[in-house]
Amino acid sequence: MSEKPFSDIRMETFTQGLWKDNPVFVMMLGLCPTLAVTNSAMNALAMGLATTFVLICSGLLVSLLRNVIPKQVRIASYIIIIATFVTMADYGIKAISLDVYQALGAFIQLIVVNCIILGRAEAYASKETPGKAMINGAGMGFGFTIALLCLGVVREIMGSGTFFGLQVMPDRFQTWSIFVLPPGGFFVLAGWLVLFSWLQERKVRREAV
Amino acid sequence: MDVNSPTFIFLNAFLINNFVLAMFLGLCPFLGVSGKIKTAGNMGLAVTFVMLVSSVCAFGLNLLLTRYDLEFLRLISYIAVIASAVQLVEMAIKRFSPALFRALGIFLPLITTNCAILGLALFQTAREYNFVQSLAFALGAGAGFSLALVLMAGLREKLELADVPSVARGAALSLMIAGLLSLAFMGFAGLGG
Repeated sequence: MSEKPFSDIRMETFTQGLWKDNPVFVMMLGLCPTLAVTNSAMNALAMGLATTFVLICSGLLVSLLRNVIPKQVRIASYIIIIATFVTMADYGIKAISLDVYQALGAFIQLIVVNCIILGRAEAYASKETPGKAMINGAGMGFGFTIALLCLGVVREIMGSGTFFGLQVMPDRFQTWSIFVLPPGGFFVLAGWLVLFSWLQERKVRREAV
Repeated sequence: MDVNSPTFIFLNAFLINNFVLAMFLGLCPFLGVSGKIKTAGNMGLAVTFVMLVSSVCAFGLNLLLTRYDLEFLRLISYIAVIASAVQLVEMAIKRFSPALFRALGIFLPLITTNCAILGLALFQTAREYNFVQSLAFALGAGAGFSLALVLMAGLREKLELADVPSVARGAALSLMIAGLLSLAFMGFAGLGG
């Protein structure tokens, strides 16, 4: 990687989280919020952006303090840093939109225990420079947002016939309310995973031929 | 049945709004540790135990924070208390029952990052449960988590031998089973949700 120009490396740390190491579809991290808040596209977007905010900020702070925090207490320190930013995001969302805040409920505060964030702090931000840590955090955050939207859009269109609150399905369309109920979350995520592994298998087969 | 009676809160957390299958809390261990019935049972036991302890701690802490108008510190103090509670429980079990300690193994420290525990503390605060209600809620949530975990482990043990298309193996299959279980648990809504 050393022979590449700097901007290339930066692009790579960003796109890594978007697709190749997508936190939800590839690494299977942060599943609780993924399934719980994706019954509409709007909730999914809000949750994704809140998580991205926490990822970028905690990445920056953890990276800045990486030489100050003693190794023995690093996990506890990371959790405190993350909890601080989550509290900020929590109050921020409450101020911007009370509807979204009520729809997401306790799940905004539960961002603290989202393994994506602690995982990034431990595996990346604690070893890299602040700039790279922020870019990586942004990539992971957007990857997470995309995954949430994948689920949220499907569940909202099938379950309520709307897209970000706008009616898209014809009036005759009988909504499948199972999609906005808890089982729908499991089924839609399973469906996406099957689709991705099918695409992957097809690619491998084509390369072999 | 009275919605605020401890019995109803227990049933609600146990079956009707099962923590794992209806509220999506604690999915990581649910998908990760549900390979064998025995480990699943042990994990459920450990989680229930930590839930009870942290529920009591969170209840006391919330009284303190409300009294001094420090609600914005709630999240930070909860997570710190849960982390120390897990550590304490770990040391106590090691001292008094080495057999149980060996049985639980690595699962104990990992419980800190289980969102079911923090979720329990946050929900009990948001719903303004009193002490007895909080205890019933914690017991119900723990029992519900264990039940879901053991059921899932049983199904997965049976499916080891099944002939599944290669694209659906692994995580996708687990999620489909979880979806079916969740569908089944929706039937409990008739108990009065």
